[in-house]
Amino acid sequence: MATYSTNEFKGGLKIMLDNDPCSIIENEFVKPGKGQAFNRVKIRNLKTGRVIERTFKSGDTVESADVVDVEMQYLYGDGEFWHFMVPDTYEQYQADKNAVSDAVKWLKEQDICTMTLWNDSPLSVTPPNFVELTITETDPGLKGDTSGGGGKPATLESGAVVRVPLFVQIGEMIRVDTRTGEYVSRVKE
Amino acid sequence: MRASWQPAADIRQLRQRARLLAAIRQFFACREVLEVETPLLCRATGTDPNLNFFSSQFHQVPHTQTLFLQTSPEFAMKRLLAAGSGSIYQICKAFRNGEAGRFHNPEFTLLEWYRLDFTLQQLMDEVAELLLGLLRAGLPHLAVLRISYQQLFKQHTGLDALAFNRQAYRQYAVSRDHPEADMICGEDHALWLDFLFSHCVQNSLPGDTLCLVHGYPAIQSSLARLLPEDTRVAERFEVFINGLELGNGFFELCDADEQESRFDREIAHRQQHGLPAVAKDQLFLAALKAGLPACSGVAIGLDRLLMIASGCDAITQVLAFPVGNA
Repeated sequence: MATYSTNEFKGGLKIMLDNDPCSIIENEFVKPGKGQAFNRVKIRNLKTGRVIERTFKSGDTVESADVVDVEMQYLYGDGEFWHFMVPDTYEQYQADKNAVSDAVKWLKEQDICTMTLWNDSPLSVTPPNFVELTITETDPGLKGDTSGGGGKPATLESGAVVRVPLFVQIGEMIRVDTRTGEYVSRVKE
Repeated sequence: MRASWQPAADIRQLRQRARLLAAIRQFFACREVLEVETPLLCRATGTDPNLNFFSSQFHQVPHTQTLFLQTSPEFAMKRLLAAGSGSIYQICKAFRNGEAGRFHNPEFTLLEWYRLDFTLQQLMDEVAELLLGLLRAGLPHLAVLRISYQQLFKQHTGLDALAFNRQAYRQYAVSRDHPEADMICGEDHALWLDFLFSHCVQNSLPGDTLCLVHGYPAIQSSLARLLPEDTRVAERFEVFINGLELGNGFFELCDADEQESRFDREIAHRQQHGLPAVAKDQLFLAALKAGLPACSGVAIGLDRLLMIASGCDAITQVLAFPVGNA
């Protein structure tokens, strides 16, 4: 297994910690003038998403985590697994509920998502930054209201609920920023 | 990140650096302390296992000699003191390999000075006077706190810094969310102190206060004398402002035999831990044998001082060309 020395620590580096794959967020070099140097590191556990701080003695090594991000097309969900495919190779992966997690509410067949693989198994799924989804349910809203002040909740075909302006209606397709969960615009077909 | 040809520091910081240097020279000129220069490239260097050096090959056909970029000008300056220079100061570059970060650059500027017949207390007074003067414009309300290491450590951690109790140290570390400390530090008392001080004490020091922390534990004595009445404590102090370590001072060890045995211990430690080997600086030891006059000395990191004076929060903001684009 490959290892990294603390000298190689930087944001984005994937390492193993307590048997879980983690990603380094921030690395601070701490050294008293006459003493031992440490690396104080902020780390995200890629399995749980939890952020922790951990100190290493400078010069120590840690095991690298075989974690890669791969662009994949979402194919379908069968209730238990969500199926993805690498467009170039047609290689398929099935992600379970834990891996799909919150991304599930944005998944639309044929969209390209980012799949994070750990030892070639799905670890997490990141939806595209923007998705276009059809509204399946929302209050009709008041006729003539075009300003959108206040807004109303709308359920999308993928199951997500977002706030939309009052003039947006059932059956319309909208563009949503998945990072914030916010409505961006209507999409003209 | 691609390296840029342009300076990292704003021109304002470069101007402030020039003013700072001028003010320091003025301060010492008024006190008749002699400015000196000593070589940055020397045949030997410090043995401190926590300092990594840069070495270089000097070719003078047919000979080749290894020379070391100095981690501090201490040994050469003490040779001058032993030769009768009187009180001296120097502003120079120092080099420490492997040190880069928000507060570290592998090449940095030091102000180091030695005062003949000064006690550690007198030198601390002078450090406070110099720094308060230099920082008057930027930090007009800087308070001064003098506190012993043991007292400060107790205040923040509840632990006794001089009496090692691994279980108590570990419990405290766990309570401060550092469960890894025990695995890193094990039975190494000095390492525990480094860990706990830098993680739990240093960043809780009072703000806008010049903190003079004195009486370091003997296991962290480095080149300081031990206190005759309590040999668990070394005559060493450190200066902090807003949690940032600015400098380190000693009532200097003059005993050549004691110095040599500390070198031997550090060289043995280097061997045990597979660190690069260094030879003892024999010329320095010869100077100590000839007789170093009683003196106290201190080194202040000027880049960090400039950070504080100008309100910058990273060392790269005060360096024209930090290591990333040197």
